[in-house]
Amino acid sequence: MSAANDITHADVLVVGAGPAGLAAATAAARHGCDVHVLDDNLAPGGQIWRASSVAANTQSTQPMSSREKAIAALHASGATLHCATRVFAAPANNVVDVLEQDEHGLRYTYRTLIVATGARELMLPFPGWTLPGVLGAGGLQALVRAGYSVAGKRVAVVGTGPLLIAVAAHLQEAGARVVLLAEQAGLRTMLPLAASMLLRFTKLRQGLHYAARLRGTPVRMGWWPVEAIADRGVLAGVRITNGSETRTIDCDLVATGFHLVPNSELAELLGCALAATPVGRRVLVDTYQRTTRADVFCVGEPTGIAGLDAALLQGEIAGLTAAGQPSTHLHARAAAERAFGKMLDRTFRLRKALRTLAAEDTILCRCEDASFAQVKACAGWTEAKLQTRCGMGPCQGRICGPATRVVFGWEPASVRPPLVPVPLHALISSTSHHEENL
Amino acid sequence: MHRYDLIIVGAGIIGAAVARECARSGLRVAIVEAGTPGGGITAAGMGHVVVMDDSPAQLALTAFSRGLWREESFPVSVEYASPGTIWIAADEEEMAEVFTKKETYARAGVHSQVLSAPALAALEPNLRAGLAGGLLVPEDGVMYPPAAAAYFLRQAKEWGAEMIAGRAARAGEGSVSLDGGLRLTARFVLLATGMDCALLPAMPLRMRKGHLVITDRYPGFVSHQLVELGYLKSAHKVAGDSVAFNVQPRQTGQLLIGSSRQYGSDTVAINQEILTRMLQRAEHYMPGLGAVSALRIWTGFRAATEDKLPLLGPAEGLSDDPTLWLAVGFEGLGYTHAPGAARLLADRLLGRASAMELEPFLPARLKGSAAGKALHA
Ligand SMILES: Cc1cc2nc3c(=O)[nH]c(=O)nc-3n(C[C@H](O)[C@H](O)[C@H](O)COP(=O)(O)OP(=O)(O)OC[C@H]3O[C@@H](n4cnc5c(N)ncnc54)[C@H](O)[C@@H]3O)c2cc1C
Ligand SMILES: Cc1cc2nc3c(=O)[nH]c(=O)nc-3n(C[C@H](O)[C@H](O)[C@H](O)COP(=O)(O)OP(=O)(O)OC[C@H]3O[C@@H](n4cnc5c(N)ncnc54)[C@H](O)[C@@H]3O)c2cc1C
Repeated sequence: MSAANDITHADVLVVGAGPAGLAAATAAARHGCDVHVLDDNLAPGGQIWRASSVAANTQSTQPMSSREKAIAALHASGATLHCATRVFAAPANNVVDVLEQDEHGLRYTYRTLIVATGARELMLPFPGWTLPGVLGAGGLQALVRAGYSVAGKRVAVVGTGPLLIAVAAHLQEAGARVVLLAEQAGLRTMLPLAASMLLRFTKLRQGLHYAARLRGTPVRMGWWPVEAIADRGVLAGVRITNGSETRTIDCDLVATGFHLVPNSELAELLGCALAATPVGRRVLVDTYQRTTRADVFCVGEPTGIAGLDAALLQGEIAGLTAAGQPSTHLHARAAAERAFGKMLDRTFRLRKALRTLAAEDTILCRCEDASFAQVKACAGWTEAKLQTRCGMGPCQGRICGPATRVVFGWEPASVRPPLVPVPLHALISSTSHHEENL
Repeated sequence: MHRYDLIIVGAGIIGAAVARECARSGLRVAIVEAGTPGGGITAAGMGHVVVMDDSPAQLALTAFSRGLWREESFPVSVEYASPGTIWIAADEEEMAEVFTKKETYARAGVHSQVLSAPALAALEPNLRAGLAGGLLVPEDGVMYPPAAAAYFLRQAKEWGAEMIAGRAARAGEGSVSLDGGLRLTARFVLLATGMDCALLPAMPLRMRKGHLVITDRYPGFVSHQLVELGYLKSAHKVAGDSVAFNVQPRQTGQLLIGSSRQYGSDTVAINQEILTRMLQRAEHYMPGLGAVSALRIWTGFRAATEDKLPLLGPAEGLSDDPTLWLAVGFEGLGYTHAPGAARLLADRLLGRASAMELEPFLPARLKGSAAGKALHA
């Protein structure tokens, strides 16, 4: 096959060019490792540092952002970055298969692999959540960064987690009118988090930055969505409740998300041990970010949702360790960030009422149109999958799997290759290396 | 007095079909399942209901069974349809086989139609140019096996069968003991345990691993189940690994791509070399498949006997226990065979006359077989 020669060996291979992956790659490359970084986006930065095509022109006059600094550091370190490359399979020890530009199958071999695949939003089904105009909060933010205009649009941001505040602030900056920010966690649950943020300068500064942006935005703590309402097929508003009263907020867009789910699939495919979380699985690591698989590290959100600072520290620790350098000077700070992550988990724990939002006809699996009533009739994930096709579509349960875990308490779906849909010829070209070269 | 006439261990498509057949014939039936009903091999295969002529007995049972499939009125969830099979002849030598096959089918009352090269191209324009022709078997079916198993099971329950969740730790002497300690008694115990030989290690079964790939939706890309004639050779081979072009249109518009056969691998892991060969074969017959988006790859195990016929009936020869019966060893035809096997077993249990002979399938024929000894030694 044409791609048969496309095998690259990396001393250290990093999957994911978010903050965690960039930090890992930079640290390892600085200490002499031959490092390759793969990321499925068109530009490095991951979710939080997602490249903005809109602001690109104006940024040159401003001081370097942390994103630009991290990317500059990566390039200076000598690491090689490959964008638009997606890891889809791990066919043998120390080998991964990669789809480039959604087209070509490539193969990488490695001495050390650092999994830095980030997280995705948790979407929970409520009546109307599949209406056009109801979007994932992070998804809407990404759209806006890619040029989608929200200027003058009334946006309701509903769900839970720190991401909501970030998204609301960003939408406001982009000219939207944020008519509601509804956080399901109650004010009282939020207090310990607020107190801990006061003690952390960077988090406090970021918090204050958001607070300034959101001045005048109606914020409701302890409120959650119960229905997105359409008028002749067009989104008209969102109904929210605090358990005792209900209100309807008129809006043009609803941005929703219920905190994050670790992207643990690649690590799972590699055979790393995982632990169950209330929404999915996280990868087990030691203080050096080593997984239970020799040669495989994991950093950032797949090890548990803990935010940017944790991602940066974990990345650096793994990069240093992979390069045979000491990293113990970072362990105390990393432990503190993990503790912060645990506090996030506690603060944004989902209230029970969120498990029962869906109506009988609410779609639970968007890929396959499986309804709540159909899925509910099943005894578990396997039966639901076999009898309703829930989780069998292109996303392979990435979205509905965590939702069924929250709603029914089911075990998450098993992971099979390919991790993402790939053209058959990529499977052929990547697998045909086997005969010739392995 | 026994609580049941028949306890069936295993609620795959076979156990479910037998339970329904026996319950509606008036037997008191219990069906014991350790996992998700239909979640065993039944969840892993293609769902092709197909007449095959590897041996006269296979031809008789597949033709009989396909007739029973066609009499059912399934709910939409079963996705039963008759797109027909096209056996593809790559060259003139295979084309000669097409004519022989047509005659063999005709003798068994199975309608088929020879396709010239242009006729084949007209029916399936995505096949590569230069093929010699094919044989269309219009009454072959395609369905969704887990839903078919669930449907048989639902009907079995309506006829009074009892479903019992649990793993059978022991079966025989007219009883089944479950892991939790529960003991059930019956006149007969039927093992429909798929590839699991734990309850009777003497079952002469070998696992033949297969790979399948499911794609995104491409409605109209393929209209019939397409199988290369070489498939017969592939399925027939007793030893060695093989791949064949075998593509099925699902009602969702998805394509299910097979097939491979491999001995000696007992893990679900994907074998890269076999997968490559299988997909290269698929692309060789249908070049457009290269651009088609694959969603998931999985493997499944066919429980194969030495002569590639199932083990149906009393376990005599493999066990001294006169109460023990078997319905296992269906290799790649368990879906197809399910209703026919169920009918023949019920006939024998009830002493009814049968539409065809059970004799070629009796387990006793494989008494002391090499496969049985080698595998379970
Ligand atoms: C949708 C979304 C929006 C967010 N927005 C904000 C925000 O505005 N503010 C904030 O403070 N925090 C935000 N976060 C949280 C933030 O991303 C984390 O706290 C932190 O930055 C995580 O860094 P990371 O490197 O672990 O993961 P990420 O930044 O998610 O980076 C992981 C990278 O790996 C890539 N990847 C994943 N799988 C593969 C694969 N198989 N092959 C190749 N590449 C792969 C991903 O595309 C991504 O680029 C957001 C999270 C999400 C999910
Ligand atoms: C890749 C592939 C493709 C195929 N394609 C086709 C096709 O197109 N057409 C066709 O006709 N056939 C096909 N087949 C064959 C078909 O899938 C099988 O023959 C059929 O599913 C067998 O069903 P079963 O009920 O015997 O086994 P299973 O579905 O495995 O059922 C056995 C059940 O018994 C249960 N069990 C086992 N032991 C115990 C115990 N001790 N206690 C309680 N429960 C127990 C198991 O949990 C399981 O649910 C294919 C097979 C494969 C692997």
